[in-house]
Amino acid sequence: MKGILGKKVGMTSIFDQQGKQVACTVIEAGPCVVTQVKTVAIDGYNALQLGFDPKKEKSTTKPMKGHFAKASTAPLRKVVEFRDCELDKKLGETVTSEIFTEGEVVNVIGKTKGKGFQGVVKRHGFHGVGGRTHGQHDRNRAPGSLGGSSYPARVFKGMRMAGRMGGDRVKVQNLTVVKIFPEQNLIVVHGNVPGAKGSYLIIENAK
Amino acid sequence: MDAIKFVHEQLTQKKTFPDFKAGDNITVNYKIIEGVKERIQAFRGDVIQKKGHGETATFTVRKIASGIGVDRVFPFYSPNIDSIEVNKKGKVRRARIYYLRELKGKKARIKEKMILTGDAAK
Repeated sequence: MKGILGKKVGMTSIFDQQGKQVACTVIEAGPCVVTQVKTVAIDGYNALQLGFDPKKEKSTTKPMKGHFAKASTAPLRKVVEFRDCELDKKLGETVTSEIFTEGEVVNVIGKTKGKGFQGVVKRHGFHGVGGRTHGQHDRNRAPGSLGGSSYPARVFKGMRMAGRMGGDRVKVQNLTVVKIFPEQNLIVVHGNVPGAKGSYLIIENAK
Repeated sequence: MDAIKFVHEQLTQKKTFPDFKAGDNITVNYKIIEGVKERIQAFRGDVIQKKGHGETATFTVRKIASGIGVDRVFPFYSPNIDSIEVNKKGKVRRARIYYLRELKGKKARIKEKMILTGDAAK
């Protein structure tokens, strides 16, 4: 496992070798700082803790200030742990987008855009009632029946209903790295990744 | 946004095209790759719209091929576009002439724009 933290910049499309137009996402990845190295001896497992995106000293809590001081780095906004990381880095060292190569396959983890309280048609892909006729007038996007009446005389757990949608952690698997610009800390991947522009992403190699 | 601009500066080939707009009759010479062979196919028709901006902009060309209307969308910066020729300047009042899709035969003609050149232009 190896990985890096990043920020979604936005989407665009480029032309591949065959001249085909392909959709791709531009990600600002790194530079990340190793803020802690966890080992089996001390913590019970191996992991690398990476920090990304500098923030102001005054908006950092005292405990976190101490934590960043140990790695002798400025305070960072996003701190994420990578279990069993194969990167050979020590405390305070930086991780850049160069850990990946062009053509490599990666997984991208992010938080999807929040959609608020949504009905079953949008949230679960129900088809709605279907028509405006046959005596019904205001139930176009209703869920319909929730189950039996006298048996089982209750609604089963996990019944799909309306509710909060989006804002979930989602992993998109097997995206190809099209291009890496190490100086600009940019990674361009095929396809789309979760989240809004400017949202944090975890980019890791696909197993 | 600047990062996206930068990516296009690095990855998209710079190109120049003749100036055309909706209503113009153009020929797009498009590269067709068949296995290892490459040949050029011409697509001649009227420009229906220009859409988008920057490196992802496209334009739509419509022609009548053996009695059936065909719309084809080309990305401006596609490396497969060999060249674009402007055959006729059309006189239309809209930037997107979708109404052409409903018209047939004589009605579907576009009036040619007269452009004064030389002494008359002064």
